[in-house]
Amino acid sequence: MDSAGAKACARWSRHTCYTAAVVTAPTPVVTKPPRHAAVVRVTHWLTVIAFVALVVTGAEIILSHPRFYWGESGNPNMHPLFSLPLPTSRPWVNNGFGTAMPDGNGWGRYLHFEAAWLLVLTGAAYVLWGLARGHFLRDLVPVRGERSAGGFYRAVRAYLSGQRTAASHAHTYNALQRVTYLAVVFVLFPLMVWTGLAMSPSFTAAVPAAASLLGGRQSARTLHFLVTLLLVLFVAGHVGMVALAGFWPRTRAMILGRSGSVPGEEKP
Amino acid sequence: MSTISRRRLLKAGLATTAGLAGVAVADRLAHHFGLVPPDAGGIFGPGETLTYATQSLLTRHTLAREFPRSMISTNPFAVPIAPPTEAFKHSQAIGFSDWRLTVDGLVRHPASFSLADLKSMPIESQITEVSCEEGWSYVAEWIGTPLHHVLREVGVLPQARYAAYFSVEPTQWDSLDMQEAMHPQTILAMGMNNGDLPVAFGGPLRLRVPLQIGYKNIKFLNRITVTDSMKAFGKGMGSASPEGGYAWFAGI
Repeated sequence: MDSAGAKACARWSRHTCYTAAVVTAPTPVVTKPPRHAAVVRVTHWLTVIAFVALVVTGAEIILSHPRFYWGESGNPNMHPLFSLPLPTSRPWVNNGFGTAMPDGNGWGRYLHFEAAWLLVLTGAAYVLWGLARGHFLRDLVPVRGERSAGGFYRAVRAYLSGQRTAASHAHTYNALQRVTYLAVVFVLFPLMVWTGLAMSPSFTAAVPAAASLLGGRQSARTLHFLVTLLLVLFVAGHVGMVALAGFWPRTRAMILGRSGSVPGEEKP
Repeated sequence: MSTISRRRLLKAGLATTAGLAGVAVADRLAHHFGLVPPDAGGIFGPGETLTYATQSLLTRHTLAREFPRSMISTNPFAVPIAPPTEAFKHSQAIGFSDWRLTVDGLVRHPASFSLADLKSMPIESQITEVSCEEGWSYVAEWIGTPLHHVLREVGVLPQARYAAYFSVEPTQWDSLDMQEAMHPQTILAMGMNNGDLPVAFGGPLRLRVPLQIGYKNIKFLNRITVTDSMKAFGKGMGSASPEGGYAWFAGI
């Protein structure tokens, strides 16, 4: 095994490091740790299910009132901060495009909150596991030499030059990827939950600061929408990068844990 | 690989068993403490039960947010109401002096109250926000008699679990659990922003439920029935909302 491989291997601190064994033994007896731990794979796909349900039902709910406000209150008699150029599902909020959309707020709201529970419980399980097992420090906090502007610059330059990930780095993420994943897990999703709960009259009765810190209920609703856009943008980028790196091997790795039949020889 | 997978299989099996047992215990506890909503059947039941159970535990001793007078919306909005019936128009013409609120069911002294009767009880006002499930909202001052005064007057029996409430519009009816029916901010609103409650906003009598979304605030209220089960009402899902596809509990 080359030094790059050994370096990559050293990052799996909690797994048996097999470098020496591989070098000396004629046939490697110790299998590589999976590219993604079982907990990561299961929580990833549960999050995908919840996220798709949340985005679809969220869009359906927005169609009943595609206007956004800032502050505590806002309604059809008030000027919006901005308004989406969409037909609506309710006649009293006409944005000039008519009331052409199907009204799905009933099942939309039921499913939105059920999916939100799935997302919150899945996210909590993932974060607790990740903290207990050192997953975030090991896999997602940028490695020592990359925690600088230079690290991000190198990652961006590699992307712009169309450089493909070397096989030795197929098991790891660059600084840009690591910071993005950390931001999604620890900033964007918590913000979604917070801004969502800030719209609940019951929840804000118990925790009034949830709404007031954001500037009011309508500010929370507007932020809920804007953070959704950021998450959808992330998913577009994420799926795009997976497609560039090899859609099926990467997807197989997120399902089965491994991308190819021969460890270490997976296509980048 | 095979030794690892046997151990992993055992671990996964134990985790699954523990998980299922946990769900079964949680289900028993939720039923025991009345944390299961009447519309808990069907595919949305688990989510709805989690939401209702969590939020009714959270709001057991809390009040909905109240706002300073300066935050009262100058342009409140109300969803257009159905054209009023002749009987309603007649009642409106005589200043709703014939309007009655009947309270029956599991109570010691079933009674019927005129608006004047209700106004002679302790009156409270609150500046709270009405939040529609569509997303819009407005802040207004609501003036009326807290529902718990009326329920104490008629003497609710100990087995009561829900207060079902009905509008003169036959399709509009709903219910609250007793905890929320007795909540100090659940009021029989007769006034709004220092005037009589306008018909467009549900006048002469609307149940104001500030801990929940707008559609729980039934307009043109004329009957309250205290009960131990919602099974006999409509399709037994707690209110007209689930029959139209909407959740019975609307705390979010």
